[in-house]
Amino acid sequence: MKQKTFLISGFIASLFLAGVVSFYASSHPDGLEKVAEDIGFIETAKENTNADGVLADYGVKGVDNERLSVGAAGVIGVIATGVISTGLFMLVRRKPGSEK
Amino acid sequence: MHIPDGFIDIPTSAAFAAIAAGAVAVSLKGAKSSLDDKTAPLAGLTATFIFAVQMLNFPVAAGTSGHLLGAALATVLVGPYAATLAITIVLLLQALLFADGGLSALGLSVFNMSIVAVWVSYAIFLLVKKILPKTKSSVTAAAGVAAVISVPAAAASFVLQYAIGANATFSVSSVLAAMVGTHILIGIGEALITVFAVGAVLASRSDLVYGYKNQKSSLEIRSAA
Repeated sequence: MKQKTFLISGFIASLFLAGVVSFYASSHPDGLEKVAEDIGFIETAKENTNADGVLADYGVKGVDNERLSVGAAGVIGVIATGVISTGLFMLVRRKPGSEK
Repeated sequence: MHIPDGFIDIPTSAAFAAIAAGAVAVSLKGAKSSLDDKTAPLAGLTATFIFAVQMLNFPVAAGTSGHLLGAALATVLVGPYAATLAITIVLLLQALLFADGGLSALGLSVFNMSIVAVWVSYAIFLLVKKILPKTKSSVTAAAGVAAVISVPAAAASFVLQYAIGANATFSVSSVLAAMVGTHILIGIGEALITVFAVGAVLASRSDLVYGYKNQKSSLEIRSAA
């Protein structure tokens, strides 16, 4: 498979997973949260400093449709992660022509 | 396993943040050797895919869910240094944009997931790969075993932090038993996703896969000797 085809397929798959499939994810507490609830130390948790953020808890503030809200948050997250991480890795990489 | 603010006290969080920062600095240097024009975009795609799949919580036991951690997946695809960076970027964006994981606890989470889970994955992956025949399916299998173990390893690392600086007084042994027990179950889901994703990349672009390339070069060395 061509490099370009491979990367684009992977990116589209990520967009689909975060933008569409994420709506069907389990809403039960994750492992750490459940253990903290069962044992009792959940009470020491403080509210997240970004809890009022526009995208807090994987939803777009003001968008009432749950499917749309989580999907849009997912798409924004995928694009942000893609741009920032690819940018960083391209900066860090061995440049062509440089030694080793 | 994103730790909220408040679980662990500030001095302990700060100490782990310092360790995490050091490890990220080392990884920025170390990642250079595994990243070139072809593999750097794969590393970016790996971080992106991990972000997406971390949104997909799957049910594990009564009232509990888990999601991909991605350490074994990233380690096998792009090597441990780039894997540390990939997962750190994901954790950073999750805390900053999505309020998932506390900012003061970021160093703790980076330590558990970007460092402990990655290097445990790498060690187990190399070990399992060594005892299996030199094939693509062995790489996939070794990635799966690394994935299963990496999740309870990260959970145990959290319990270490709890033991050092918890703001609660519940016994460490009960937290350890619950954390490791729950996360072995999540580790099984981790392995399934990891095996599927590593298998897919090996099938389409095996030349990019860090854990497979190393295998080929070690074969070449052997045949030359």
